Amino acid sequence: MSYDAGSYDCIVVGTGHAGCEAALASARMGCQTLILTLNMDNIALMACNPSIGGPAKGHLVREIDALGGEMGINVDATYLQIRMLNTGKGPAVYALRAQADKKAYQEHMTLTLQKQENLDVKQALVEKILVDEERNIKGIETEMGAIYSAPLVILCTGTYLNGEVIVGDISYPGGPNGQRAAVNLVESLKKLGLEIGRFKTGTPARVNKNTLDLEQMSTQWGDPEETFFSFLTEKGRGINGPVYLTYTNEGTHQVIRDNLHRAPMYTGKITGAGPRYCPSIESKIVMFADKDKHQVFVEPEGLNTLEMYLQGASSSLPEEVQLSFLRTIKGMENVEMMRTGYAIEYDYLIPTQLKPTLEVKSVNGLFCAGQINGTSGYEEAAAQGLMAGINAVLKLRKKEPFILKRSEAYIGVLIDDLVTKGTNEPYRMMTSRAEYRLLLRQDNADLRLTPKGWENGLVTPERHTKFLRKKEALGAALLYLQKTMATAGMENVVKLMEKKGSAALRHGITLYDLLKRQEINYQDLVEYGLAEEVDSDVCKQIDIHIKYEGYIAKQMAQVERFNKLENKFLPREIDYQAIHNLSAEAVQKLSEIRPVSIGQASRISGVSPADVSVLLIYLEKRRRGAKATNDHKATNDHKVANAREASNTHEAEAERDNILGNSSQSGKNHVGKE
Amino acid sequence: MSEDTIAAISTAYGPAGIGIIRISGPSAAEIVDKVFQSKKGIKLKEQETYRITYGYIRDKDGGLVDEALALTMWKPHSFTGEDVIELQCHGGMVVLKKLLNLLLAEGARLADPGEFSKRAFLNGRLDLSQAEAIMDLINAKTETAASAAANNLQGLLTLDIKQCRQLILEIIAYLEADIDFPEEDFERLNQSEILQRLEKIVRKIEKILQTFKGGRIMREGLKTALVGQPNVGKSSLLNTILKTKRAIVTEVPGTTRDTIEEYYNLGGIPLVLIDTAGIRVTEDAVEKIGVEKTKDVIKEADLLLYILDLTVGLTAEDEAFLQETPRDKVLILVNKVDLLPSEKQGITTQIQDKLAGNRVLFISATEQIGITELEEEIKKLFFSQGLEIKNEAFLTNIRHKRALDLALQALESARQGVRQEIPADFISIDLKNALDYLGEITGETLDEEIINQIFSRFCLGK
Repeated sequence: MSYDAGSYDCIVVGTGHAGCEAALASARMGCQTLILTLNMDNIALMACNPSIGGPAKGHLVREIDALGGEMGINVDATYLQIRMLNTGKGPAVYALRAQADKKAYQEHMTLTLQKQENLDVKQALVEKILVDEERNIKGIETEMGAIYSAPLVILCTGTYLNGEVIVGDISYPGGPNGQRAAVNLVESLKKLGLEIGRFKTGTPARVNKNTLDLEQMSTQWGDPEETFFSFLTEKGRGINGPVYLTYTNEGTHQVIRDNLHRAPMYTGKITGAGPRYCPSIESKIVMFADKDKHQVFVEPEGLNTLEMYLQGASSSLPEEVQLSFLRTIKGMENVEMMRTGYAIEYDYLIPTQLKPTLEVKSVNGLFCAGQINGTSGYEEAAAQGLMAGINAVLKLRKKEPFILKRSEAYIGVLIDDLVTKGTNEPYRMMTSRAEYRLLLRQDNADLRLTPKGWENGLVTPERHTKFLRKKEALGAALLYLQKTMATAGMENVVKLMEKKGSAALRHGITLYDLLKRQEINYQDLVEYGLAEEVDSDVCKQIDIHIKYEGYIAKQMAQVERFNKLENKFLPREIDYQAIHNLSAEAVQKLSEIRPVSIGQASRISGVSPADVSVLLIYLEKRRRGAKATNDHKATNDHKVANAREASNTHEAEAERDNILGNSSQSGKNHVGKE
Repeated sequence: MSEDTIAAISTAYGPAGIGIIRISGPSAAEIVDKVFQSKKGIKLKEQETYRITYGYIRDKDGGLVDEALALTMWKPHSFTGEDVIELQCHGGMVVLKKLLNLLLAEGARLADPGEFSKRAFLNGRLDLSQAEAIMDLINAKTETAASAAANNLQGLLTLDIKQCRQLILEIIAYLEADIDFPEEDFERLNQSEILQRLEKIVRKIEKILQTFKGGRIMREGLKTALVGQPNVGKSSLLNTILKTKRAIVTEVPGTTRDTIEEYYNLGGIPLVLIDTAGIRVTEDAVEKIGVEKTKDVIKEADLLLYILDLTVGLTAEDEAFLQETPRDKVLILVNKVDLLPSEKQGITTQIQDKLAGNRVLFISATEQIGITELEEEIKKLFFSQGLEIKNEAFLTNIRHKRALDLALQALESARQGVRQEIPADFISIDLKNALDYLGEITGETLDEEIINQIFSRFCLGK
């Protein structure tokens, strides 16, 4: 028997990394929000690697933070080690990575949710999505028969949808970490006519630290000088503990090869597509047979546990085989497993069924975020959760959607890839997916996004003030550098040049131009009394901005061209069949994806440049036709599109001044709070 | 949309009194001013709309390319609704191509098929009824271009360029894998290895470019001499091929006193058709010069179209000439099949027998019989390695040349970057640009390519 359990503005299903961000965004923007978890003890669980960040993923966390999300703050409060990777490879690909204390991370996030105003956290298994005849969301029904009604539902179900855990020849329905799987919910989605796919992923065994000989392994420490994920964090935790590195060997590979006939990957037991970037150890040994060893990073799961995670040794071989191959590894001769590695297959929603807002095209008010959309990774999930939360609220308030472009954020690249191209393996963010990587740096995420977060009402006054200060300091410093000359006769200039081994000046140049020399940094000017001390954050911005000005300008020019097509909106109701000159393939793909803009259309595989030209002409034709008949019955989407076109042109202009971002002085509808 | 400035040759291929190049876009004046020098020193940028300016086209070194008239039409009162300049020069594809190249080097982009019309429409210069026609045009021309790309000539070039792309892609995969998976254990390329790889690609592209810059065929066309006794119909044939009356055609033998050259684009093959004076022994001084010159032409020609008069038959002089000339360089055309009286039909078999082992076609220049077959035969010869020159790699398309030039620039920039040890991210930017430019020729886009390359090459993963 079902019963009426109450009503909300927005219901979030799932408390993983996507669900937490979605619920916090919704609640913080002022909506009455309910978040439902399968298990109160498993909120913000890192079911796999106890680690956050790395290339592109670290960028995502920075962006989430700049927009007013929680992930960065949470990891800064609970990390065990923090390191900046890629420091020699260019400022755009610097990447922050942290080892997190798994339990501490969960507890910190759990408390944040529980304390959040406008947010109820409850434990329940959701079984049904409720819609009315017009496919508007009405709410959800739980296993216990509780009906919660709401016009918005955000599904963040992770790998729990129809999850099946597989170890050797054993398999059983379930989610990660001995959780229950959500089986009936999938049926509810199928009934709504949604197309479902199946993916696979896996995780390695966890072992007891006391059974390892860590002296046999090499040790890797964090950075002595810590950087943080959140632009708000100013002080570290005072710990930067080690992870350990060891290698597999021929003996390990032999054990695995001898048991391949029992590997679900090769017995046909696993059918879902797995990620190429995260293969199990057995796949690595089969696919890269010539490699005589593979890395295994041994990472602590937390301060209050002896469990260690074995990065690089993910496996779904039978339990006893896992143990015997682990014991061939140097430093693990006597290892005891605490949890067995496993593979998990799960259902996901084909993401091309989503709008760029992450709302399901065919169900009004149903949003999806995270692994359910075919992605992998905590950061990818959190980014979608945040965006789905924001867009759900904007929809409720009948406001323009919040869509980040590929030229604005990794988040934009992530969502555009998903909804435009779909994915045939669990999608992981990589810096090489971003065309305008040089502009989308982790160091300038706040300059790019905090003004937008402020407009959405998610950025707190504290963050906004801090941001404005930074921006001002940066602007002032750049102006000063442009106006101030260094001459050959200045004593401190001569000394600086000598110290840095830089060619002596023959005539006066501005300090700005002086900083174009690779060997001279802003901090050097400060040391020689040529410029004033600024925050290290600002200092970095100045150096990057000046030293890579040429490359940055080129990429900005590309963005300008990109935006021209991005700002040409395609009305949703276009009948592509009726446009004769489109290729058959283009008609099919365009009808299916229903791209928002010409730009998005051009990225669909099967839509050729000639098709794009045809679309442009069609749009112009349509525009003139509309003008001629003075047709005011344009659809709502069309109007929104036009409005957005206007606002985006404005944006494009502002973007030229990208380094300083385009600040909004308004701060209207601001309900954020600390 | 039209932020860039486009240029294209607007007159059709083939002989014409003048050739026109049209330039449209915001930088039209700026670009043309760099290659066009008005006689009176007027900058086109300052010229009024609807004016004609007389002057000279000069190349980068100041060398005279041609004299020209520049017709300026400023927005919005032009065909495209943008700033438009039309440069009228003396005809001839060689000159026009050279001029177009200069404009492209100064920053114009070669117009896509139908692009002038497209811009005109988008700028409100064409009415609605024309929209469909333009859309047809865009797709039709794209199809032609696609089918052109499928021919042998293009096929070879594309293969070469695809190889270059693959080589660049490999370097990128190394750099990007290292950026996206810094903690993974796989081989990295060191500085000198990257430089070596780049060197190899640069050399390959330079070699392809050489065929454009230095390749005689591209510069001068396939030299095709029309040879034969006086009055067998050489000039008529030339006219038929060119579909115009350029050479003087009379019934008096020896009217063509000099060699006449015409440019003709035969399905992508640039032909220089050379009409020669007859090769008979003569006492006429003027005609004698012509005959001498003919001999030189024959020596230099890539292909000889040797023409016989069917009504006359094979003369001793013909036989002598054909004996002396390498067979694979000659295509024998037996002309005037329309004039052969029925009672003399036997002569056909007679000629066929005598010429066994040669390539022979029966045609009528005046009645246009066998002309299509002739064109097909020339194409076949050109592509099937029958002629000596075909071993050069060919670069026929200015758009392709431009793309290769830009790719080369990007590669050079990458090379310099590697030498100066600038961060990998920037090297990767240059290499991706190079890849994009080459992709313009092969029609390949980046998309998932890099990522696929990374995963197929390296063992990555947690």
